[in-house]
Amino acid sequence: MADNAEILAGLAEIVEEVAGVAQDDVTAEKSFVDDLDIDSLSMVEIAVQAEDKFGVKIPDDELANLKTVGDAVNYVSANAK
Amino acid sequence: MTDRHRLRQTTGAAGTRILGFGSHQPDKVVTNDDLSELMDTNDQWIRDRVGIIERRFAEKDELLVDFAVAAGTAALADAGVEPSEVDTVILPNCTMPSQIPNAAAQVAARIGITSPGAFDLNAACAGFCYGLGLASDLIRVGSARKVLVIGAEKLTDSIDPTDRANAIIFADGAGAAVVGAADEPSIGPVVWGSAGDLVDLIYMREHKYIYQEGQSVFRWATTQIAPIALRALEAAGLQASDVDVLVPHQANLRIVESIAKKLRAAGAREDLVVADDIKYSGNTSSASIPLALDHMRKAGTVKPGDVVLAVGFGAGLSYAGQVFVLP
Repeated sequence: MADNAEILAGLAEIVEEVAGVAQDDVTAEKSFVDDLDIDSLSMVEIAVQAEDKFGVKIPDDELANLKTVGDAVNYVSANAK
Repeated sequence: MTDRHRLRQTTGAAGTRILGFGSHQPDKVVTNDDLSELMDTNDQWIRDRVGIIERRFAEKDELLVDFAVAAGTAALADAGVEPSEVDTVILPNCTMPSQIPNAAAQVAARIGITSPGAFDLNAACAGFCYGLGLASDLIRVGSARKVLVIGAEKLTDSIDPTDRANAIIFADGAGAAVVGAADEPSIGPVVWGSAGDLVDLIYMREHKYIYQEGQSVFRWATTQIAPIALRALEAAGLQASDVDVLVPHQANLRIVESIAKKLRAAGAREDLVVADDIKYSGNTSSASIPLALDHMRKAGTVKPGDVVLAVGFGAGLSYAGQVFVLP
């Protein structure tokens, strides 16, 4: 089971690969849409990769609630097996 | 059991191939800037989300059946096949304005095809691959000798101008292929299926306006469709490195690129040609695959003998794919 720092680092790798955002810019307080300029389709790609990486399910209706990187870290932390 | 319970059966051709392609689009070009005057959108947003630069919209008096006649006629000319040689017309579409009469019979009559078996086929954006698979199998069992498959849509009748997420995507057009017998089998087995539990992801609102859950459709298309394409390859006895041209349904350039990426990961060659006709044609549902191929043949980006992997996917949800060799 990964701790929150490891989840954040893993998410940052995914965000960089999908959206070309530098990993250092992917920090907990950042909004995916407003700060990192990630659109709704890239969010789906990030979710699909996060599901594979962390063994979680992120349905589309949950995805809509993950506004910040921190929201995503907390979701993965709470739902990973 | 008596002999009258043992009925005679037909036998057909050993193999089939595509003999020619044709297509038709309305003349009216609609740019992203044109759309931004009608709704709250802009060129960059549309290019980033769906990859479309411009598309074709029909005028009010240009109908689905008109595009189908033009595309079908062009495909017969390309194939060097006379209308009198065609015995079956399959017309995949999902935007005929009424259920009766179907499009196929009237289109066949206007092309000059006499008393063919003629029917429409609704598998939405997967329609062309369904129709091609069916055409090939009809010829192989002896139910047909030459089949004209025409994917034709007038999607602009079904666009809600206030729904900017969907109104920027869809367009009008038709693409057709002529299928006949061949000693050398040049159309692989169709791999098809459906996911009716996801019926609510793409549908017509109030029986009129096409609506889709963009994120959920994107997730389905980018995770579930590449495996179907790979199964179609396996069914034809080929590997990813054998494919010259990948033609996914032109739903969204980002879905096309995602499927191409997965085919490359499975071993496709660096020089794989990937259809990106959506840039200038938009999403034309069941027309998009033959429309893209006709454009690519005319542009010279593909050549006779190229091995094509096609895969369609859309409302239903429905999907189908197969391999074929270009004429």
